[in-house]
Amino acid sequence: MAQMKFMCDAERCIECNGCVTACKNANDVEWGIQRRRVVTLDDGEPSEVSISVACMHCDDAPCMAVCPTDCFYKTDDGIVLHDKDLCIGCGYCLYACPFGAPQFPKQNAFGERGKMDKCTFCAGGPAESKEEEYEKYGANRIAEGKLPLCAEMCSTKALLAGDAQTVADIFRQRVVQRGHPDGAWSDNPQAAADSLAYDATRQG
Amino acid sequence: MIRTNPWPPSWQGTCLALLLALVCLLAPPAMAQAEPEREAATAVVGVTPDTWREVRSGEVGPNFRDTRADSNYNLINASGETWRQLRNRWVSPFGLIAIGGMFAVIAIFYVIVGRKDLSEPRTGRKLLRWPLVVRSIHWTVASLFIILALSGLNLLYGKFVFRSLFGDAVWGSMISASKIAHNYLGPLFGILLVILLARVLKHNWPNRTDLAWFKQGGGLVGKGHPDAGFANGGEKLWFWLLATVGLVVVASGLVLDFPNYGQSRDTMQWANIIHAVGALGLTAVALGHIYIGTIGSEGSLEGMATGYVDETWAKDHHNLWYEEVKHQALPEDQLMAEKTASGDGSETASRPG
Repeated sequence: MAQMKFMCDAERCIECNGCVTACKNANDVEWGIQRRRVVTLDDGEPSEVSISVACMHCDDAPCMAVCPTDCFYKTDDGIVLHDKDLCIGCGYCLYACPFGAPQFPKQNAFGERGKMDKCTFCAGGPAESKEEEYEKYGANRIAEGKLPLCAEMCSTKALLAGDAQTVADIFRQRVVQRGHPDGAWSDNPQAAADSLAYDATRQG
Repeated sequence: MIRTNPWPPSWQGTCLALLLALVCLLAPPAMAQAEPEREAATAVVGVTPDTWREVRSGEVGPNFRDTRADSNYNLINASGETWRQLRNRWVSPFGLIAIGGMFAVIAIFYVIVGRKDLSEPRTGRKLLRWPLVVRSIHWTVASLFIILALSGLNLLYGKFVFRSLFGDAVWGSMISASKIAHNYLGPLFGILLVILLARVLKHNWPNRTDLAWFKQGGGLVGKGHPDAGFANGGEKLWFWLLATVGLVVVASGLVLDFPNYGQSRDTMQWANIIHAVGALGLTAVALGHIYIGTIGSEGSLEGMATGYVDETWAKDHHNLWYEEVKHQALPEDQLMAEKTASGDGSETASRPG
């Protein structure tokens, strides 16, 4: 069984926001909601680096752990989805999420936030019909045998999506090719190639 | 953890194999593209340990950019996990222990000691204790407190019980109703609580009598009733708990209830913890208040229900107050006649203390 993961190679991301646009287009999300974002650190400095972030479909998802309605669930592919019929818009998942993934269409008085929306790994969500699913959660490309559109359309293939094993293999290959002692995650000369900061296949 | 663990040998083998495969595959014409030194030379130098340390800290430098319109937080929400652990590992279980423990203590106390009966038969003469306005505010605040406590408990613990019990459809409307009731009635509770506290403040200034009252455990230690004025030490304690913890709970609740004022995610995390701890504590103590006011002691409930208490009850529980107001005691029949005549239940002998 696949364990779906995203990985963004910060060495390759050129901050084109193609992933953001692709996501918005594929899922037709509400105005004001942007499931994927690109963060740039040290903008304008020599050390500038960008990375694309959305829901990372955590193994031990904090949103699932704190949700008062228990509306989250994990698919067999390790994708974290939620049921908008149960969501009450309390905002707890936003408090807990390490990646700022949950977003709310409103921010009104008396805690009226509307139903939470987040990246579904292009796997839709629980609904009666395909139309309803698209309306509520956006595309279900996984059901069509396709990967998330953000990663598919990434022009530099910085953003990878797919089975953790495959993603890790691709990244490992890049590391070897680059010749950085530690996969370019730091310039610490002490760091060795066998202590990669990120290894998607390892649990915990 | 990952850093300290070297790769298992099999991984190193895989790596080596990959490297070999690459060397074989990339024949000389393609070599230029794959030259490690070349790519290393053109690669961004910037991803330093400091960069990741900064990301991990949750701090944001002046050159942090985020392409999402409403998002000015950070790359990694460093406090999210702290909030989760505090809420799920500490607040949730200990809240349950506090409230469950209070229930158990009260139940055991009731079974063993039982109701506190009046020491003498009722005299049938009544004293005004709570005027209509205080009673109305008290019962409104009390009803709101119960609704807020139940909906709040449902938000914290409901999913462990009711979802599997009733199914998604019922659970969905239940939890949604809880949230709406909690968010809309909360501010109303806050306003009325402040009014109630202001109205009964004059009875609740602590004094020397209260010290003696507490030394005797409110009558639990030793024989007989300790001295008490209009309000005894226990009532004053409950007042000041509401005036401190209660107002903190109201204030933190407002922070959570109005996300439209742009307070940060971190602020709301702390507001949530403070709100939960305070509210669970108050709920536990409120159980004690409810017990004493209803089945715990004879004659107490009628004070808040009708406004009047029996002379015997006043003598038992608030002897100093009784000495002040005993000349105003009215026979029950007279009271009833007056109430029927005026028809609106307005108090005739007004002496709240």
